[in-house]
Amino acid sequence: MKKQYFINANIIDPYNSLNENGGLIISEDGKIEAIGKKVNSNNLPTREKPIDLKGKYIFPGLVDMRVFVGEPGYEYKENFRTLSNAALSGGVTSVVTMPNTDPIIDNVSIVDFLKRRGRDKSKINIFPCASLTHNIEGTNMTEFGLLAKKGIIAFTDGVKTIQNTSLMSRIMNSAKDLDCLIMQHAEDYHLSKNGMINSGIIATKLGLSGIPDIAERIIIERDLALLNRYHISQLSAGKSVEVIKERKNDIRFTCGVSINNLSLNENDIGDFKTFLKLSPPLRKEEDREALVQGLKDKTIDVIVSDHKPEDEESKRLTFSQAATGASGIETLLSLSLELYHNGSVKLETIIQALTSNPAKILRIDKGNLSIGNDADFCIVDLDKPWIVKKENLISKSKNTSIEDKKLQGKVTNTFVKGKELFKI
Amino acid sequence: MATKSNKAVKISQKHLLGIQDLSINDVNLILNESQSFIKLNQSKNKRLNVLNGKTQINLFFEPSTRTQSSFELAGKRLGADVMSMNMGNSAIKKGETLIDTAMTLNAMHPDIIVIRHQDSGACNLLSQKVNCAVLNAGDGRREHPTQALLDALTIINRKKKIQGLKIAICGDILHSRVARSNIYLLTMLGAEVNIVAPTNLMPKEIEKFGVNTFTDMKKGLKDCDIVMMLRLQNERMTSSFLSSNREYYEYYGLTPDKLDHAKSDAIIMHPGPMNRGIEIDTRLADDINKSVIKEQVELGVAVRMACLKIFCE
Repeated sequence: MKKQYFINANIIDPYNSLNENGGLIISEDGKIEAIGKKVNSNNLPTREKPIDLKGKYIFPGLVDMRVFVGEPGYEYKENFRTLSNAALSGGVTSVVTMPNTDPIIDNVSIVDFLKRRGRDKSKINIFPCASLTHNIEGTNMTEFGLLAKKGIIAFTDGVKTIQNTSLMSRIMNSAKDLDCLIMQHAEDYHLSKNGMINSGIIATKLGLSGIPDIAERIIIERDLALLNRYHISQLSAGKSVEVIKERKNDIRFTCGVSINNLSLNENDIGDFKTFLKLSPPLRKEEDREALVQGLKDKTIDVIVSDHKPEDEESKRLTFSQAATGASGIETLLSLSLELYHNGSVKLETIIQALTSNPAKILRIDKGNLSIGNDADFCIVDLDKPWIVKKENLISKSKNTSIEDKKLQGKVTNTFVKGKELFKI
Repeated sequence: MATKSNKAVKISQKHLLGIQDLSINDVNLILNESQSFIKLNQSKNKRLNVLNGKTQINLFFEPSTRTQSSFELAGKRLGADVMSMNMGNSAIKKGETLIDTAMTLNAMHPDIIVIRHQDSGACNLLSQKVNCAVLNAGDGRREHPTQALLDALTIINRKKKIQGLKIAICGDILHSRVARSNIYLLTMLGAEVNIVAPTNLMPKEIEKFGVNTFTDMKKGLKDCDIVMMLRLQNERMTSSFLSSNREYYEYYGLTPDKLDHAKSDAIIMHPGPMNRGIEIDTRLADDINKSVIKEQVELGVAVRMACLKIFCE
């Protein structure tokens, strides 16, 4: 690979507290050689032709902590190849995959398979999670130690929540002994039983069973009492943000939020739009505002896409029969930028929640532009307007929650290990 | 009075999916049309040929006695070719989706499809996939518009108006599409609506629909002109909402002592089928001076005839 030079970019790298106009040099072996304002046309050898980015932005490649890939078992929804292409188009260079496949990622031999497939078919960095319990049944723990040795970076039952308090307590103890990260989707099943959307006026009007916000809060409060290295996958309710803000004064844990819950509310469900059947559910506008505020004041650490590809057949059903989840990895960054463009959250805070924060929680050396690291980054035209069209999505499944939405800001190029793997 | 406008207005909707979608003009149009069919249904020759050559398909995914037979009879009396499909034995059992069923039936060129389905919003989905009009005969716990319309017609015939009346709707509101449709319709027509239910059977934020809520039945019935009882829908209850039927009867069953709190000329309504001795005292249910339950069934046919005629046009 030839050395590459970029100049005149706005570089934001929250990990290194970098926010300046400058350039980037990538070495022959795809590492970051130099970065920042000292890299400019005056300091470069004349024989080199640097690429002038004319004020476009450079961000570290995004780290998406919550992504569902269909391999193994649901390849028709998404495989590693289609997932990487979709991710690259959205500036995402590292993903944490959920264990909800068929079979479930719950033992060492399946991790070997996953890593092989990931290595052979994926163009981006794959960080697999394994389940907390065998077959995500919520009864017997998986082998955290052995799985971690095989390269599993975190444990979660993905779409499911551990209900049994005694089991959860043992999981926390075990994870503490082995220094493993536990990620929980917070939902009390007794309270959310049969629920499809937020419990409130919309549920009453549409005649659908609701999921009350306390279903989330009760699990969070329970787990915080049992604490270990603990991450709450996704918040949806203002009440949960309150609890977290208060508890973060005393204890250390982290939490995330789906871009869907930051951008949409329950009214968007309209006339039974099954693409907006999500878990956790979209809630009231006040909840959305509380989540945005939580991101702003750093109560919330991470934004995730909660990318959950579902084929058309799983969505063309009545609301109660339809599958839960939305495809979102391609629009994660652009939709997040909406919060910057409308003045709600600082750009640096957004990028931090998409890059260095998830990397720190996962303890991986990604999501930064430190010298000597893999050159995983994206170039972004911050103002470029575009419209989300189902037919233009790269992911194998087209179940976007924001069809026809007008967005501002688009990834124009994405690099992994110095190689340009996506270009508009 | 709602029933006396003779303006030749057209219905604003293609489908009858819920009262929520209707304007007051739409409602008056349907109620006026229904009045004319009440007489017809009491006469010797009950047949009109306004729907001659039209095809009506009744698609019932949930068991129903009165609504299905009422729609069938209504279509037949208007001269339509009526086909009732019992979806229990259909291709749905073989794994066909609602959309595919809709496409199949649509290819047979029906003029109107009447659907009842256990999922809220099923009729909305169906209406997006067929060319003909869709009438909702009850979807999940969302809406049951013809039931509300026939209830309104019954009230108008008894009380000569709806505006200004005080109406209590009591019982299992949470699982009830009848309650929702009635709340929309009766508040639209100017009634004051009291909702009476234990908190566990009260839908979230129901007060935002402009109703008063009560957990004490006696307070909820105070000075009411109409007492509408709902069936306890045990088949929709997924876990324990109540401790027992006898306790429910004690606190929320309509008994003479509770009814005493309503106006002395209050009438009792129930959409049926009734759980006697659970939500209503059996003597009150049969009290011809107070109960209009049979009249509701009778007017139901007239309302459905009006809806078929209006939405077929």
